[in-house]
Amino acid sequence: MAEVRVERLVKAYGAARALDEVTLDFPDGGFFGLLGPSGSGKTTLLRAIAGFVLPDTGRVFIGGEPVENVPVEHREIGMVFQNYALFPNMTVEENVAFGLHVRKTGAAETAKRVKEALDLVQLGHLAARKTHQLSGGQRQRVAMARAIVTRPRVLLLDEPLSALDKALRVDMQIELKRIQREVGITTIFVTHDQEEALTLSDRIGILKDGKLVRHGPPREVYDDPRNPFTAQFLGDANLIEGKPEPEGLRLSDGTLLPGLKGPTIAVRPESLKLDTTEPAAPFRLRARLQQRIFGGAMGTCIIDWQGRPLKAVGRDADFRGLPDAGDVWLSWPRESTIEFAAKA
Amino acid sequence: MSNRFLAHLGRAYLGLILFFLYAPILVMAAMSLNASEFYQLPFKFSGEWYDRLWNNREILAAAGRSIWIAVVVTVLATTLGTAASIALYRHDFPGKRILQALLFPPIAIPWLITGTAMLIFFFGIGIGRGTPAVIIGHVALALPYVIVVVSARLASFDRVLEEAARSLGASAWQVTRAVTVPWILPGIIAGGLFAFAVSFDQFVVSYFLSEPGDTTLPVLIYTSIRKGFTPEINAISTIIIAVSMGLMLLAARFTKFGGDR
Repeated sequence: MAEVRVERLVKAYGAARALDEVTLDFPDGGFFGLLGPSGSGKTTLLRAIAGFVLPDTGRVFIGGEPVENVPVEHREIGMVFQNYALFPNMTVEENVAFGLHVRKTGAAETAKRVKEALDLVQLGHLAARKTHQLSGGQRQRVAMARAIVTRPRVLLLDEPLSALDKALRVDMQIELKRIQREVGITTIFVTHDQEEALTLSDRIGILKDGKLVRHGPPREVYDDPRNPFTAQFLGDANLIEGKPEPEGLRLSDGTLLPGLKGPTIAVRPESLKLDTTEPAAPFRLRARLQQRIFGGAMGTCIIDWQGRPLKAVGRDADFRGLPDAGDVWLSWPRESTIEFAAKA
Repeated sequence: MSNRFLAHLGRAYLGLILFFLYAPILVMAAMSLNASEFYQLPFKFSGEWYDRLWNNREILAAAGRSIWIAVVVTVLATTLGTAASIALYRHDFPGKRILQALLFPPIAIPWLITGTAMLIFFFGIGIGRGTPAVIIGHVALALPYVIVVVSARLASFDRVLEEAARSLGASAWQVTRAVTVPWILPGIIAGGLFAFAVSFDQFVVSYFLSEPGDTTLPVLIYTSIRKGFTPEINAISTIIIAVSMGLMLLAARFTKFGGDR
């Protein structure tokens, strides 16, 4: 087990920078989620830590030691690949034992550790199966067991759940978290699924165009995204732009939002309240309700404000008494306003 | 014309092809079991020619030499060809495409010319004629076949498996041995069978490169025919055909040319 640190990592493919000066600490024993749209560099970062990608400049440390010049096979990592990459010519047991065999671990020790690892992922009864006889979820578990049986210093997961269907994915998230807690291993995982990142991680990092745009504990990043990209990427956000004036933010329809700096603010869909009569709240807008979508427990309202689509989410009861379409008042509490630090 | 008529025509055409391919072979096999030395009918069964063959030291020696040369060629060509295929699969280097393209034209060059060229070349560099020259020549002829078959199998290999093995601590050699080779094994076996067949059936190049009195079976058969045709030749030819066709059927099974079953 070890902490991981990357320092000013740069990796360019031609003119495109897959990693652009990324500096980040991954705490010992933590579960760190790397999040970003495709092409953001999150997979490149993971592969640079694994050693499959050699950075142009910058440093990678595992447990305080620099590893830029250490080949993959000597980095003492465990990795789970997107499609699991189980060896098709081997049984479940042989797959899990592979890392111990190449280390010349004794037969008794190997058998004991393989059994422990398979028990941990609750697959002890399938040890003799060939991998093509397994379901997606079972393959995922074998891949986990194989990656942790060598007691690596860090566990790297590349979109580990993306090949599973939705219901199984939720089960496996809980399972993954349990396994990680039991083993206590520093884990770094890549995902494009923000919900997955929020559920699993105790810290997240958000990448965009090879740059790290925000990182921290999930709640902190969600509540204070610090930039419009993070606000919209993590969760949903209605961006509202205006002109900063001494007494507040002046919007294009003339509304003044007192005390806000701007020029851009964001409001989460769950913070927006809809009324047919003018509310007392200081932050309110006149807008047009276009559509109400019934979604079971939660409903969504699509609103048009000055030609821009906004979204409000709430329990169906919150929207009772609203027309199906028509003019409404939007309001939100001051503390729910997301403000962004001025661009440096 | 109705579809049914076309289907019949197609079947007849296929029958004709198979007839011209296999009829001569079947006639030869039948004549090797016919008592008459002069191909006279009616057919009268006799194992005499096989008995005579079994006692013909010259033919047996040539057959033995052909087999051991083919085995050596198979081992060399399969090892070198597999290594080359894996290298071509894993690495990108300048001129790789040209190199790959250059592997195939020798297959199309008439063997007569290849044989002449090799003879001149081997004399030029001091190897001369003899068994080493035959082996080197056969390996050169067999290599492209091995590379084609093994590369075809590698095309379906998932490179992530090699990354997975490395992440688990396996060295390059361990990755190759435990993960890559098991996957391409059917291709390696098929390539080896091709290499064996290319060497064992090879006439022209062997004829140019072997020394008189120390030849392979096909060369001996050719020289024997020039002296006079005997049903012994039918017998040994029938055996060669059976072995060669058996190897090709095995190779087809491993490469699944006939499509997946």
